[in-house]
Amino acid sequence: MLEFPRWKKIWLWAITLLAVAAAIPSVLSSTNITWPSALPQPTVNLGLDLAGGSHILLEADAKQVMAQRLENMDEAVRAAFRNAEPRIRAGDYSTQGGELSFMLNDSADVDRAREELLPLIAGQGLTNEWTLVFTDETRLTLSQTEDGAEEAVTQAMDSATEVVRKRIDALGTREPTIIRQGDTRIVVQVPGLQDPEQLKALLGQTAKLEFKLVAPNAIAAPASEIETRPGIQVYPYADGTPQQGLSMPVVRLGGIQGDSLTEAKSGVNPQDNSSVVNITFDAQGGAKFAKLSTENVGKQFAIILDGKIISAPVFNEPILAGSAQISGSFTPESAYSLAISLQSGALPVDLTIVEERTVGPDLGADSIKSGMLALMVGAVAVIALMIFSYGRFGVYATIALFFNVVMLLGIMAVLNTTLTLPGIAGFVLTIGAAVDANVLINERIREERKRGRRVIAAVENGYKEASRAIYDANITNFIAGVLLFLFGSGPVRGFAVVLILGLFTSVFTAVVLTRMWVAGWLRKARPQDLNV
Amino acid sequence: MRLLKLVPDDTNIKFLRWRMPFYVVSVFLMIASWALVLTQGLNYGVDFAGGQEVRLTFEQREEAPIVSLREQIGSLGYGEPVIQRFGAENQVSIRVRLPEGTEDTPGAATAIGDTVIKSIESTYEGIRRDGNDTVSGKVASEFREKAVLALLAAMLAIALYIWIRFEWQFGVGALFALAHDVSLTLGFFALFQLEFSLQIIAAILAIIGYSLNDTIVVYDRIRENLKKYRKMPLPELLDLSVNETLARTVMTSLTLLVALLPLLFFGPASLFGMVAAITLGLFVGTYSSVYMAAPILIWLGVDSNSFVPEETVADKQEKMARGEG
Repeated sequence: MLEFPRWKKIWLWAITLLAVAAAIPSVLSSTNITWPSALPQPTVNLGLDLAGGSHILLEADAKQVMAQRLENMDEAVRAAFRNAEPRIRAGDYSTQGGELSFMLNDSADVDRAREELLPLIAGQGLTNEWTLVFTDETRLTLSQTEDGAEEAVTQAMDSATEVVRKRIDALGTREPTIIRQGDTRIVVQVPGLQDPEQLKALLGQTAKLEFKLVAPNAIAAPASEIETRPGIQVYPYADGTPQQGLSMPVVRLGGIQGDSLTEAKSGVNPQDNSSVVNITFDAQGGAKFAKLSTENVGKQFAIILDGKIISAPVFNEPILAGSAQISGSFTPESAYSLAISLQSGALPVDLTIVEERTVGPDLGADSIKSGMLALMVGAVAVIALMIFSYGRFGVYATIALFFNVVMLLGIMAVLNTTLTLPGIAGFVLTIGAAVDANVLINERIREERKRGRRVIAAVENGYKEASRAIYDANITNFIAGVLLFLFGSGPVRGFAVVLILGLFTSVFTAVVLTRMWVAGWLRKARPQDLNV
Repeated sequence: MRLLKLVPDDTNIKFLRWRMPFYVVSVFLMIASWALVLTQGLNYGVDFAGGQEVRLTFEQREEAPIVSLREQIGSLGYGEPVIQRFGAENQVSIRVRLPEGTEDTPGAATAIGDTVIKSIESTYEGIRRDGNDTVSGKVASEFREKAVLALLAAMLAIALYIWIRFEWQFGVGALFALAHDVSLTLGFFALFQLEFSLQIIAAILAIIGYSLNDTIVVYDRIRENLKKYRKMPLPELLDLSVNETLARTVMTSLTLLVALLPLLFFGPASLFGMVAAITLGLFVGTYSSVYMAAPILIWLGVDSNSFVPEETVADKQEKMARGEG
């Protein structure tokens, strides 16, 4: 055991110092000293539960994507038949059970209908995104294929992620993380955010803006009192408007979608000092809006946001400038949020906040401060206990423990892992494992001495016999760690990562490094007895 | 320097003499724990129940108005809130669970959070929001499932590894000891209705890891002694093994304890539950390694021949050649 060839010593020290060096930027970041910027700067990220900030998990409803897609197909089919020359007549449209079905009025139109439908169902990919089935001579059914549905959800989520990113960038927060998770989720993490409410308001808003004509002679009324007719849709008024709780019937087709905006800005209406949102259409949208307003002067139209009417003004004159003002019952904040949401585009699918965790920056700092104090006190107690119990061997164990903590930090920094509160439990366990390894070894050496072995043989046997239990314990914990990582969720994973990395550093420092130091000392001092 | 020795040399405590009564008590405690968990239930935090937890500091007050807060939030119609001091005198944590039947409603948790916070901020001034957790019913049930799955998978894999490295009896023993630790921790949380959150799961994992270390150290010694003292009766051999590793057990437990206690008393309030659970687990885990993991080997019938390599044909031929066979 005294054999530590020079190359091995160099290797061990190199590994140790490298890991220690990797920890320096993380440790320095809490002080005023700066690390030369020319050098690489690996740092341990502090989880939001320690550093403060907001973590928000958004979830989309895949069913809504399918329903939306079905509705779009419905309109596309109607449009295609309407534009066909001569027009194809069909009726009895139904979108029940996730399928679109309809009946051709004339069986002679079957071939022409098929021709019109083919480009619609092919999609952009190689596989069909829809299947077309004749359930009867004149009844056709279009159903979404699994591939098509999956593709649609993926696309919706990709663009939703993009929209979320734009909105958060508009807030001007630093270093946000926006990641798609699983099939229908998006994780948003914003460190050090001051106002989580605004962030939530921004993300919870789909911002689908529509302009639709109000049904002729309609007045606002409770939804149950409005007669439903074909071609008419009933929308409720938004909360906070004077007409809250009432609804209004609007014309289903022929309106304008708000997705052709080039700009949206919050502002103040000089007449009554209320908050408004000014929007500007692009060329195409502006032309459509001009046409709609010209043809309907004197008529009432509804401005609908996310399926709720925010106001229903009258077209007093044609609006030709390509811009409009949306007023409603806005506060300056809600006008600002709506402007950002409109500017970054509507979400292709509603996102619901399913998890939100915010930690104020003060609390995070407090936690770290009192945590550090507690760790210091604990460390002093552990060191005292080790040195009083094992003398020189306790000193080695203490130094090894120090290297263990610093190396673990260094490796976490290099791998860019995040330290969270549960990760601290992992740290505690790692320190426990390292202490235990040294205790096992030292107790063994005591035992071997008691049995009358000579110094070198006792140390040698001590390490050898203790190592078996140490390796077994660490391998079992390692297996547990890997499984926790595979099956666990967020915080459990944070624990598992620290546990797994910590097992390596604790074995390395408690067994390998101390052995090298002990060997060096034994060789130099050649003691006749051990004070252990 | 005279060094500190916590356990005198040549201790010879007859631990295993009391194995029956201890076993009866422990098994009873395990059953009682599960009965408590099933009847009383665990006091799930928002991680597992869904809902909203907000932590506030009343910056203009010496003390947080807990009583009036309880009344105010209780009247919002979400059921009885849990309001506790959290850290300093003027800091509180307010927890409102998802009412029954709204677990599947998207956005229900967020709505509760908004209402609660607005209600408080409209009544009191100078409130600093230190943080809040809002978890929907769906995410909460995923957390529950994943936590149970991760725990079970880890425990089974541990047992499997020990079976391979030792003998099947040891695998069963380790699994039993771990089940004991987890059960008692759960029972403790059910009895005192302490908040059970994902952090506590992390704590239980740390307990499992620690208890496992203990069990393996004792097992390793048992394995070694089984090879060394072929004729020694098993109870005596187990006692010997526990006594031989006693110095290590005491020293390691004490060291961890002196590291944990400062965290418990001066550490951040957010860590308290987790550290308390780990500290409890330290005692339970140490106990289970001696009194749960070891005696079961007697009843499972560990053979003193278990760890002696079987004689190969070559060995036999060699013996024959030497005229011993």
